[in-house]
Amino acid sequence: MSTAAEVTVSTPEEKGRSLWTDAILRLRRNRAAVTAAVILTVMTVLVIAGPWLSPYDYDYTDWDMILVSPDLASGHFFGTDGIGRDIYVRTLYGGRISLLVGVVATMVSLLIGIAYGATAGYFGGRVDHLMMRIVDILYAMPFMFFVILLMVMFGRNILLIFVAIGAINWLDMARIVRGQTLSLKRKEFVEAAEALGVPPFRIIRRHIVPNLLGVVAVYVTLTIPQVILVESFLSFLGLGVQEPMTSWGALVNEGAQEMENAPWTLVFPAVFLAMTLFCFNFIGDGLRDALDPKDR
Amino acid sequence: MLSYALKRFIGAWPTLLILIALAFFMIRAAPGGPFDAERSLPAEVEANLRAAYHLDEPLPQQFGRYLLNLVRGDFGPSFQYKDYTVTELIMTGFPVSLRLGGLAMMLAVLIGVSVGALAALRQNSWLDHAVMSVSMTGISIPNFVMAPLLILLFAIFLGWLPAGGLGDGSPAHLVLPVVSLALPQIAYISRLTRGSMIEVLRSNFVRTARAKGLPQRVVLLRHALKPALLPVVSYLGPATAAVITGSVVIEQIFGVPGLGRYFVQGALNRDYTLVMGVVVFYGVLIVVFNLLVDLVYALLDPRVKY
Repeated sequence: MSTAAEVTVSTPEEKGRSLWTDAILRLRRNRAAVTAAVILTVMTVLVIAGPWLSPYDYDYTDWDMILVSPDLASGHFFGTDGIGRDIYVRTLYGGRISLLVGVVATMVSLLIGIAYGATAGYFGGRVDHLMMRIVDILYAMPFMFFVILLMVMFGRNILLIFVAIGAINWLDMARIVRGQTLSLKRKEFVEAAEALGVPPFRIIRRHIVPNLLGVVAVYVTLTIPQVILVESFLSFLGLGVQEPMTSWGALVNEGAQEMENAPWTLVFPAVFLAMTLFCFNFIGDGLRDALDPKDR
Repeated sequence: MLSYALKRFIGAWPTLLILIALAFFMIRAAPGGPFDAERSLPAEVEANLRAAYHLDEPLPQQFGRYLLNLVRGDFGPSFQYKDYTVTELIMTGFPVSLRLGGLAMMLAVLIGVSVGALAALRQNSWLDHAVMSVSMTGISIPNFVMAPLLILLFAIFLGWLPAGGLGDGSPAHLVLPVVSLALPQIAYISRLTRGSMIEVLRSNFVRTARAKGLPQRVVLLRHALKPALLPVVSYLGPATAAVITGSVVIEQIFGVPGLGRYFVQGALNRDYTLVMGVVVFYGVLIVVFNLLVDLVYALLDPRVKY
């Protein structure tokens, strides 16, 4: 298995099957991953289009319907919260934020990680040593605390969440990318490019980075749930997005305070959050098996 | 070994220094100050206050003073809890957090390792599949979601356990917080153990041990377990960090008067010295613990050269 994967990575054109078709074939045989992908797709569509199915808005307060239990007739499919807001619509709006943060912050960490790791790996030697030493030092930092500090000190805006979460998650990515780059730069096509006098950063961009994408894809699917988790952790502490906007973490927090009288305020957002994390983890695992069977 | 330990020990200092500096300057860079109130103080009073707390000195000097005091174990006065120093607050909160976190870690390692090893021994059996799906669920449900759900089930519906607080300090009060803190770690450690155990069981030295006719128990305990546990040992560093971070919310949810709660409240009240103290305290703890884990790893793994 492992040799087959290596062959496809280094010489895709000879096999006539690219790394990706190969991986997708293998991924399709993984029933758990396929199910997870389907659920996630449905979830995404629901989160985007679902609010239109309800007559209520996410910040609309229905004073006659405070803490009502889930009921199809009234249109409050998941019930309402302590000030009469519709849980169904709020859960889906929260999902928009959570998924958006997950994807955007992962992209931020992806960009930093690839740029950093590929540079360190490609130049090697002293540059590599210094850059990786910095990563080692940063690795030991309790970043969660710093993110909390940031959120408290500089107010709660969503842009800061993106940047802060992205900025703490790039370390893994940088390490992996560096490792891959070290082996890639000894390949003939890189030597050929060097012999032709292509400048270093152009080589990194044109020859190194495209060949990293397989490994990176796995870590993207594993990073997204981590990021969603961090965001909901912050929102849970009341440091994430601001009222009346919401996210799954904030909803779980509100639900936890009402759960004695109205368990549905806790259960629905909790299930949505857990389900999403569950699916991403399954896809990530499946993708890892598909692309790199002997990883770790 | 000694020189390796020494090298690692020296290597940890820059990390610590950067950590403290980062926390210090980040807090100073924040808008607003500890004496901001709804009614602003007269200028001279505020000036005196600032002087009393040495806030009027240039930043580098303040940082130097902070470092010096830190070496003496003095985290400075708390701005919010007027009669306490931060050191006192840490010393009252930390034992509670330590008990919570320590128990959770112990539980995580014990259950995680045994369940993971069991799943590896019966690879692809129903037991294995069950363990793996349960642990995937455990990883996917964050502890701040798990905790309210556990309270809902065991405290509210069933009424078996108290929902929060420490009460008289009886073990029953600790069950739910410890379990919700431990569950994700149990899940992670069991997956880790299973993976490495499967790999070790396939290796040549285990086959040799079996070929010698050693009983299964000896093969497992004497030969397979130690190398299989190496990834778990190296995971203990990140696990501690995760448990410490997790305990911030868990203490909040269960109303446990630990260090995590001081941190959140301190942050919300802009009690700079307290927040800073907790970050530095926990940061140093994590760095030191990581160092210890690395040293233990080097001791256990004969392949590590130092």
